[in-house]
Amino acid sequence: MEMRAVYAACLAEMMEKDKNVVVLDADLAKASGTRALYERFPEQMFDCGVAEQNMASIAAGLSSYGFKPWIESFTPFATRRICDQVAISISYAKRNVKIVGTDPGISAELNGGTHMSMEDIGVLRSVPGVVIFEPVDEVQLKAAMPVLNAYDGPVYVRLFRKQLPVVFGEDYKFDLFKADVLKKGKDLTIFVSGFLTKDVLEAEKQLADEGIDAEIINIHTIKPVDCETVVASARKTGTVLTVENHNVIGGLQSAVLEALAAEKIPVTAVGVQDRFGEVGKLPYLREAMGLTVENIVASARKAAALK
Amino acid sequence: MSYDLKEVCKDIRCDIMTCIGHLGVGHIGGCLSVVEALAVLYFKEMNIDPKNPKMEGRDRFICSKGHAGPAVYATLANRGYFDKKELLTLNQGGTNLPSHCDMNRTTGIDMTTGSLGQGFSCAVGVALGSKLRKDGATIYAMIGDGESQEGQIWEAAMFAAAKKLDNLIAFTDYNKLQIDGSCEQVNDVAPLAEKWAAFGWNVIDVEDGNDVEQVEEAVSHAKLGIGSGKPTMIILNTLKGCGVQWIVDLGAGNHNCPVSEEQAEAAIREIRGED
Repeated sequence: MEMRAVYAACLAEMMEKDKNVVVLDADLAKASGTRALYERFPEQMFDCGVAEQNMASIAAGLSSYGFKPWIESFTPFATRRICDQVAISISYAKRNVKIVGTDPGISAELNGGTHMSMEDIGVLRSVPGVVIFEPVDEVQLKAAMPVLNAYDGPVYVRLFRKQLPVVFGEDYKFDLFKADVLKKGKDLTIFVSGFLTKDVLEAEKQLADEGIDAEIINIHTIKPVDCETVVASARKTGTVLTVENHNVIGGLQSAVLEALAAEKIPVTAVGVQDRFGEVGKLPYLREAMGLTVENIVASARKAAALK
Repeated sequence: MSYDLKEVCKDIRCDIMTCIGHLGVGHIGGCLSVVEALAVLYFKEMNIDPKNPKMEGRDRFICSKGHAGPAVYATLANRGYFDKKELLTLNQGGTNLPSHCDMNRTTGIDMTTGSLGQGFSCAVGVALGSKLRKDGATIYAMIGDGESQEGQIWEAAMFAAAKKLDNLIAFTDYNKLQIDGSCEQVNDVAPLAEKWAAFGWNVIDVEDGNDVEQVEEAVSHAKLGIGSGKPTMIILNTLKGCGVQWIVDLGAGNHNCPVSEEQAEAAIREIRGED
């Protein structure tokens, strides 16, 4: 299933159970997969039109009335464009609003550089009080949705819209503040967020063939990062690689570096090298940004050699 | 219970002077210009209970021009939400009365405001919430004229009309001044009445927004608009610094300026007509 279809189905279930759950769009309901919910929940779905700032602050107002709003847009417009509204109307005011940004990083594909957020995590990571969550697959997303809805405070959900290969089994147990150890290893730790997790697991097979035993940890919640798991694994393996579909400044690498600030452990990164996006399909963009299995393998090799 | 609103306005003005004078500096001009509206709302029109500030279905006031916080605090204290002595903690470290309104700190404040433009959208969200709850509340909001240069104001204006939020009654404190000079010179917001009407709002233009009787009449009239399917904008032509001549004379310089305790005491005598 497409990630947005899973997301919309979860929202529908939540809205059915709880009339306080409301969803606000800024003319991207179709893109977010929630268009069909307008007929089913006319009193819980609101399209603000192309006015993201207004959408964010209206959600804050609704939250003060006891509603649990979810707001949606593409990642750049859900973050950098409305940074002040998220910071002040929502987080500073302690409003329970969920912010969903779709098409993170290179997944914006043909919408190109203007719609391709390489900085959204960095923008919101520096705003106090905002939890940042990026799902790996539909299993994790499905497990996370009710947890996010029950969490009383702002969460930014970085949502890949289209279908993704499934990584987690149906017995997966989700903890919003606990990273998931996908494979134990001893030669290096690879921390990865979002859809690149599948690529890291593929890279791991090649590394195993070369005799490199990698520990693979999915960081689904980039803020607050699970420092305990990050530090324990890094201390155990002694060298770290981070893999992210985001600028290496401000995102997962930064979060891991901060967690390891007091440790003498080398950190290597695969991620967007401080540049804007451009148009293209995923295979082209993966090559252009170095987000390939080959680059993950090569970078892991380098990281392992740094011990 | 009915109040003598002219006396209420004097009390609020004096308390604004006292707390800003005690601190030594503050957003005095735009606090003094909104007093009549606050008096009419909190002492006549709003369905509120200071002893039960979170009462369900209460009317709400959102001061989108959040820098008028001290005026709202003086009003709340006079209305019995908290002790007047607390006003002397205004804007000091650890206070519950920060420069700009904070719903998590101050009893009686229903929305955190201060980043201009946002509070008005929040008020629209609150009005929508009230409609969804069908609790019959009236939602009031105050925006500044300089604030009306924010694009977000007009995003909110469009949405409120489109969603027929006729339970929303807003005011513009049209004192014609902003930090860098007159609104006309900086980036003219005129003609305001025509703009709001074009956005689908009922518009009431109050010739003197510092004449409490004119404000009373405007709010009574605005309430008739509930059920019309249109939100209402009351444009208050006000005087920035109203009530204290030397502050008025500072012009745009009175937006945020030093006020000594002696100046505050003299101003209070002027407001009370004791000079």
